[in-house]
Amino acid sequence: MSSEPATIYDPIVDTPGNYLREREDAHPPLDYPPYKSTALRHPKQPLVYLPHTITEITGPALGDVRVRSADDSNLLIQHEGEPIGERITVSGRVFDTEGKPIRDTLVEIWQANAAGRYLHRWDNWPAPLDPNFSGAGRTATDAEGRYRFLTIKPGPYPWGNHYNAWRPAHIHFSLMGRAFTQRLVTQMYFPGDPFFPYDPIFNSVSDPAARRRMISSFSIHATEPNWAAAYEFDIYLRGPAATPFEATH
Amino acid sequence: MIFATTPSQTVGPYFAIALPWPDGPNAVPDGTPGAIAITGIVYDGAGHPIPDHLIETWQADPDGRFADLYGYGEPSELPGFRGFARSGAEDGDGTFEIVTVKPGAVPAVGGAIQAPHIDVTVFARGMLNRCVTRIYFADEVEANAADPVLARVPADRRETLIAQPANGGYRFDIRLQGPAETVFFDI
Repeated sequence: MSSEPATIYDPIVDTPGNYLREREDAHPPLDYPPYKSTALRHPKQPLVYLPHTITEITGPALGDVRVRSADDSNLLIQHEGEPIGERITVSGRVFDTEGKPIRDTLVEIWQANAAGRYLHRWDNWPAPLDPNFSGAGRTATDAEGRYRFLTIKPGPYPWGNHYNAWRPAHIHFSLMGRAFTQRLVTQMYFPGDPFFPYDPIFNSVSDPAARRRMISSFSIHATEPNWAAAYEFDIYLRGPAATPFEATH
Repeated sequence: MIFATTPSQTVGPYFAIALPWPDGPNAVPDGTPGAIAITGIVYDGAGHPIPDHLIETWQADPDGRFADLYGYGEPSELPGFRGFARSGAEDGDGTFEIVTVKPGAVPAVGGAIQAPHIDVTVFARGMLNRCVTRIYFADEVEANAADPVLARVPADRRETLIAQPANGGYRFDIRLQGPAETVFFDI
């Protein structure tokens, strides 16, 4: 008699090299009524399980080719003069869920200026634009997964989701990882922001511990002495599945 | 020890100040022999085009090889092949276009073969996480019928994943909701 547990025969399993399948609450739900724009922009049919095939476990190596110069990561020197605001460094490391650094991967950021205004034609909030601040940067991680930006601290700003809605100050982060499966876009917040309790986007992440992973930490050690304050933000992307043939679906 | 991942957040309405690249839509350089355009419109649940969307694609070359440097199989030898495209614009009107070559078949486990396909990520304001879908091709009837991923998709919804020939390239619309809602995958 076989000691094998009974299994439903499934000819299609993940390719070895597949990535961790995440808990359902690891990311916010696509349907989240407090954030009103989700209403018409989330699929209503169930998602179909996609095995991690070679298409999903590979990805573009963009790190070095997309970064034009070291200035790309310094948002303070992209114009004639200096932007208004509190100078900060934002630095950290990109890891996978096994704690291994992800090297040579592209990190792109965008943000509002110190007054909470984006240099985007659709942002019509009447706060001043800063002629010396564009609010976009990019860099690639080094061999230890490190990245670092110089910028100014973005301001919070109101938006139209509900009466007197405000976004906490944040910087948008885009990460390529090294596989299609690892792709992540997120937002980095600042510690102690008084708008946290009122923001449906921040609170769309249901697990308080997961929300905390989106909040940077102030570091006196990372400051540029007499020049810039410093915030640190480590980012974790999905890592390898525990075993190539683990049945998780 | 396994660390927890950083949660996803929406790209919001202003990603266009950073993410579009001048050559973003080019999975292959302009002038590549056999280059085609894949175009489409991304619709919301009211049937309106979504102007603030960002599309990204990832695919093999016609020989079934990827522009991947991490050691899975033989890398693509097609000159300038990036295999990755990104389409999004500050003055978006809901349409997207990528310039690419039609991919070849690639393997699945157990000796199975996947029909030519392109992985697609959809980002937009109002989407707290990305949505993932796949483009297959209408002129690959036999390969599509044998594709192990398409086989997982309810038969009456497979058509939403099939790009149709148009203007020398292909047309692939994406509907987030509605009777012809595009199939999205749990990746």
